[in-house]
Amino acid sequence: MIGLVVVSHSRRLAEGVAELAGQMAPDVRIAPSGGDGSGGLGTDYAAVAEAISRADSGGGVVVLYDLGSARMVAEMAAEEAGTPVVVADAPLVEGAVAAAVAAQGGASADEVAAAARAAYHAGATPAFAAPDTDPLAGAAGDAEVPAPSTEDAVRSDVVLTNDVGLHARPAALVARALAGLDARVLVRYGEQEADAASVLALMGLGAPGGARVEVVATGPDAAEAVRRVSALAARNFDE
Amino acid sequence: MGCGADEVVAALRAAAVVVAEHREELVRLDRAIGDGDHGENLHRGFSAVVSKLDGSAPATPGAVLKLAATTLISTVGGAAGPLYGTAFLRAATAVGDAPELDAALVAGALRAALEGVVARGKAVVGDKTMVDALTPAVTAAEDVAEGGVDVAAVLAAAAGAAEEGARSTEPLVARKGRASYLGERSAGHLDPGAWSTSLLLRSFAGGAR
Repeated sequence: MIGLVVVSHSRRLAEGVAELAGQMAPDVRIAPSGGDGSGGLGTDYAAVAEAISRADSGGGVVVLYDLGSARMVAEMAAEEAGTPVVVADAPLVEGAVAAAVAAQGGASADEVAAAARAAYHAGATPAFAAPDTDPLAGAAGDAEVPAPSTEDAVRSDVVLTNDVGLHARPAALVARALAGLDARVLVRYGEQEADAASVLALMGLGAPGGARVEVVATGPDAAEAVRRVSALAARNFDE
Repeated sequence: MGCGADEVVAALRAAAVVVAEHREELVRLDRAIGDGDHGENLHRGFSAVVSKLDGSAPATPGAVLKLAATTLISTVGGAAGPLYGTAFLRAATAVGDAPELDAALVAGALRAALEGVVARGKAVVGDKTMVDALTPAVTAAEDVAEGGVDVAAVLAAAAGAAEEGARSTEPLVARKGRASYLGERSAGHLDPGAWSTSLLLRSFAGGAR
């Protein structure tokens, strides 16, 4: 499983982002590295290198950073690391959450980094208008892949019978349940639709408890994808 | 006249003295358009380099530069740590295990340092960064090195061009680093990274004489 490192100028910021992302991905090693090593704001090369070792469980590490020099320190540490490291140019908070969920789903380092980068566009509505055509967190604007509104789509109406609807934890469960499936899955709520692979896009729908959403999937595993989402909802998302 | 490991050590010690003398000035420049830690960070880094040099005496100029690089990377912090660390590391690689540096090797080391800084920081001339000082310094060094002068003359030419380049950053609007968040308000201030590059090259030129 891919590990994550969160590099920030601030120790508390790094720890907070790691905590937030970890809530979505209980099995992913997330190592925060913040501050200059002596209690002040800054970045510390040795600490970042050490965090990469801590986060690595053999499969490689994806590093997220806050500001410019943190990127440089991360890139230097990545070059020197004894494990494959991808430094992701992504928003820190949304990117870390998206990366953690992708890593939890067993994605590769490149896929985890792509999920983090795609978080720039998730959350914003409609998620599918995002210009980024990343395959993992995908966008329906992609010309080569038919949008899931075509004839062969598998659809199902799902009622969110849990209390919080598609809030953070249920959204993470949905995204994780779809990891590894060869399917493009949309969740529609009212006029909005979200890529079901993106926790942030799902949360961005704002679908509350009691709401009825439509799940639309295309691709070879479309039926299985819809079945999994429906099953999660039927179990009240394990609440 | 060549330049062996002892001369490179002397140049780094001279740099540490200059950085200490200009610490407040660099702090002031960085406070105007950055996070204010540049002087403090460089002072900590070059003090650590001097301590390392006190404890060991690498045999070649390249080994001295590499020791400086790894020390700066682990002690300076901020953007300057990776940038100067990369510069010294590339310079060390460029000179290899040559026992003495001549004018061409010094010019080549400066070129390698510039390429490292550009690769690390992705800045170009006009972005209001140390690249604005280092780029003309390399060009000047290469120009005079072709004329068959000694190392001191190469470094003097580089230092002169670096100072001019650093001063040219004053009216610029920053496009890289923390100062870029200020937009137009970054104009009217010297870039602290360009200024420290100029100071370092000036100190090397002095130490090589």
